[in-house]
Amino acid sequence: MATEEHGSGLQIHPMDQFVVKPLFGDGPVHWYTPTNVTLWMGIAVLAMIALLVLSTRRGARVPSRGQSVAELFYGFIHKMVEDVAGHEGLKFFPYIMTLFMFVFLSNMLGLIPMSFTTTSHIAVTAVLALLVFLTVTLVGLYRKGVGFLAMFWVTSAPLALRPILAVIEVVSYFVRPVSHSVRLGGNLLAGHAVIKVFAGFAGAMGVASVVPIAAIVAMYGLEVLVAAVQAYVFTILTCVYLRDAVDEAHH
Amino acid sequence: MATEAHGEAGQAVGMPQLDFSTWPNQIFWLLVTLVVIYLVLSKVALPRIAAVLADRKSTITNDLAAAEELKQKAVEAEKAYNEALANARSEAAKIVAQARAEIQKDVDAATAKADAEIAAKAAESERTIAAIRDGAAAAVAEVAREVAVELVAALGAKADADTVTAAVAARLKG
Repeated sequence: MATEEHGSGLQIHPMDQFVVKPLFGDGPVHWYTPTNVTLWMGIAVLAMIALLVLSTRRGARVPSRGQSVAELFYGFIHKMVEDVAGHEGLKFFPYIMTLFMFVFLSNMLGLIPMSFTTTSHIAVTAVLALLVFLTVTLVGLYRKGVGFLAMFWVTSAPLALRPILAVIEVVSYFVRPVSHSVRLGGNLLAGHAVIKVFAGFAGAMGVASVVPIAAIVAMYGLEVLVAAVQAYVFTILTCVYLRDAVDEAHH
Repeated sequence: MATEAHGEAGQAVGMPQLDFSTWPNQIFWLLVTLVVIYLVLSKVALPRIAAVLADRKSTITNDLAAAEELKQKAVEAEKAYNEALANARSEAAKIVAQARAEIQKDVDAATAKADAEIAAKAAESERTIAAIRDGAAAAVAEVAREVAVELVAALGAKADADTVTAAVAARLKG
């Protein structure tokens, strides 16, 4: 540590913020150890309860401010599921709402300085995406049986092209969870790392650090947008995938 | 040694995202979190918000229906009012016409009565005038006869009264 400080005046560790460490002590991270992941996921749960449960406690016909926000979230996702996944998709509304609230709140909480962004970890986003992938595949096979596989056989294309298209469709289907998870994790990882790099510059540039601080402010505004948009994108893609499984008149 | 220990505790070695030793921990807590959020949402939050939204929607629908009903009632009331107004107007017109007819009848009766009285008075007057005229004529004849007799006497002639009278009467007629 001492040698590092002597070696260079500019010590930037943009990845430190992503380290998973135990909340208590320095022990190894077992699967059950309470870590900063636990802490920030717990805060996300509490934020969700405050946002959607406590604010709607009175269930007033004329909503309070908090209740309006809760109704806004409800209406937004409900309409998205109905519009994109179809009426049948509404059965999965609580599930999709769970995904949206978790991703949205984790993204937003991650923007608090010194916080830990759970959704910047590929382990988290991969599990979320795999859950969606498995749900869509199993629900599709359960509801449509072998007919679910017909979505890989593009009947609107010329017969000669169909086998080739089928291969492409199958590959793209199995790539879905990868793009689904890397898009979310990568966006948050990159944004937070860039802010940290600028912050490192700001600490080492004296008066000229006005420039990186202005850049941080701009990046932060962008990251707020990214946090909301990525939660939206993740959720709407879930609805799009779900549509394949529940839509009766597909293709 | 010190650097390594520090790296394990707080500093990243490469990308923490690819430190697979922490994956079971993250996945475990993620699943716990998702289950908690799902249960809270599906058992408490979502049914409650759905109930509030449904309640509000039905209230608005009911209020709109009630407003529509009241509006209908208002239209009906206005129609009834206009009808009553028209009835009252025609009734009033009828009464006015009746009153006018009665007054006309009275006026006619009074006129007739007055005419009859006037006629009676005129007839009486005529009679009186006729009587006066007759009286006057008789007086004139008397005066003429007496004057004739006196004249004849004054002229010195003896005249039979009857002859003079006859002559005067003849002259008066002529």
